[in-house]
Amino acid sequence: MMARLRSFRQLLRPRSFARTAVSAVPLAWLLLFFLIPFLIVLKISFSEALLAMPPYAPLLSWTHERVLSIQLHLANYHFLFSDALYLDSFLYSLKVAAVSTILCLLIGYPMALSIARAAPARRNLLLMLVILPFWTSFLLRVYAWIGLLKDDGLINNLLMSLHLIGQPIPMVASRVAVYVGIVYSYLPFMILPLYSNLEKHDRSLLEAAADLGAPPSRAFWRVTWPLSLPGVVAGALLVFIPAVGEYVIPSLLGPSSQLMIGRVLSDEFFENRDWPVASAVAIVILIILLGPIIVFQRYRSRELEAAP
Amino acid sequence: MKIRRSLLLPTMLAFGFAFLYVPILSMIVYSFNASRLVTVWDAAHSPTLKWYDELFGNAQIMDAALLSLKIAAMNATGAVILGTLAGFALARFGRFRGRALLAALSTAPLVLPEIITGLSLLLLFVAVAVDRGFWTVAIAHTTLAMCFVTVIVQARLIDFDMSLEEAAMDLGASPLRTFLAVTLPLILPAIAAGWMLAFALSLDDLVIASFTTGPGATTLPIRIYSEVRLGVKPEINAVCSIMVGVVGIAVIAASLLAKLSGTRGAPARV
Repeated sequence: MMARLRSFRQLLRPRSFARTAVSAVPLAWLLLFFLIPFLIVLKISFSEALLAMPPYAPLLSWTHERVLSIQLHLANYHFLFSDALYLDSFLYSLKVAAVSTILCLLIGYPMALSIARAAPARRNLLLMLVILPFWTSFLLRVYAWIGLLKDDGLINNLLMSLHLIGQPIPMVASRVAVYVGIVYSYLPFMILPLYSNLEKHDRSLLEAAADLGAPPSRAFWRVTWPLSLPGVVAGALLVFIPAVGEYVIPSLLGPSSQLMIGRVLSDEFFENRDWPVASAVAIVILIILLGPIIVFQRYRSRELEAAP
Repeated sequence: MKIRRSLLLPTMLAFGFAFLYVPILSMIVYSFNASRLVTVWDAAHSPTLKWYDELFGNAQIMDAALLSLKIAAMNATGAVILGTLAGFALARFGRFRGRALLAALSTAPLVLPEIITGLSLLLLFVAVAVDRGFWTVAIAHTTLAMCFVTVIVQARLIDFDMSLEEAAMDLGASPLRTFLAVTLPLILPAIAAGWMLAFALSLDDLVIASFTTGPGATTLPIRIYSEVRLGVKPEINAVCSIMVGVVGIAVIAASLLAKLSGTRGAPARV
């Protein structure tokens, strides 16, 4: 045992060169290509827009008295909160993300529960069917909905040939289509964490509840649901966080009259070439999502540590 | 009550799967439709392969596909190397300097909206004044994909205790030899899964690529997006069918391989 520990420590010797390199290489990559770029966004969000290339003023400058001066330009943030367009887009994005999350939960929970209670031999197959669409192109799956929802699309054609409707219902470029697209694209993210939670439940708890006279619905709400809450939280955050910043789905399926905040950011950057305002939008999105992200990270690190 | 309840869940499961698969299947079916009006089935001339023919003759789409495959392969290989190092360090090194930073930085890109990652990388590339194109997209994708690989490798390593590695070192193997002879074979399924996931992520990414690309480097999703914005195109249906076919074959092959080798193919624990 002692020998084992000693040799093990050797590998993990704090000053071993190899050991340092193993952790330093990925760390350096992430510092260079994730942290520093992010700090640049933060910096530019406090800069003044200029008609130049790059189109923003430096924060640090040497004044004529050779004093280094920092100009923090808060106008970009002030602008975001004074213009109704931005506030409206932020609120709309949060609403879309929240409603989509609830819809994903309503559809995904019964699916996850059903898979978890299926015969073990069939579980892997069913799970694979959930994951499979995730491996095909996200963009193409969103695009598929245009073909279904168009005025002369499959759904309208079907309803008209059944004489349920007289003329096509306009569904593309509508708010409903955005919900359909988001729920469709993010459903697997809800099902997977729910399933991995539900699968671990001890069946004898439900049998005990039944023996004590609880009807299945009561057993569900008193036993299964409370136990599955960590899975619900993880799934909800995995849907909510990316949905707030979603860009592709509302651009392809949504109305041009109501923009989500991801689209506003991209328009500010590419159309208006206002880099400081685009950066400020990015920082505000991040601040809004910071709470959910921290909750999710806590949950995830607990899961990793709980694993044997 | 009991019977109704036992039927309720499977029914909802079936509806859920219909919701997931009808759009994909409809696209595959209509890729064989002769009519240019995508939603009108031309029974007289269908099924036809003419859209596949046009697709392979469309130089713009083919060039974009080739570029995307190159970027995806480059990205997946880089991501697997960086992610395996990071996952190994996080799972096996205990406490070390920079651990908290590495753990935070390797999970942050997973939860950050892509649009913020894309914007920040573009601003970096502008700040250091590099020409944007193949390499900037590959670097951007590697940064995101390595985090997925880190999670998968770390989870796989945590599932195994260290006694095998310790035993190898007791028998006199050097740390490097131990890693190559013991650890690497253990995590190989996770590395393979990570490579495939990284490849798929890169092949699929529109947002980060459109921020970090430059003139002359149009990836497949960027090309598809610009075609699709103007309406439904039968050639794009053909792209989708091919992609579903390739993915389907890959998944079936992977599960057969896992069965043959008798090991549990590590399903991506993301």
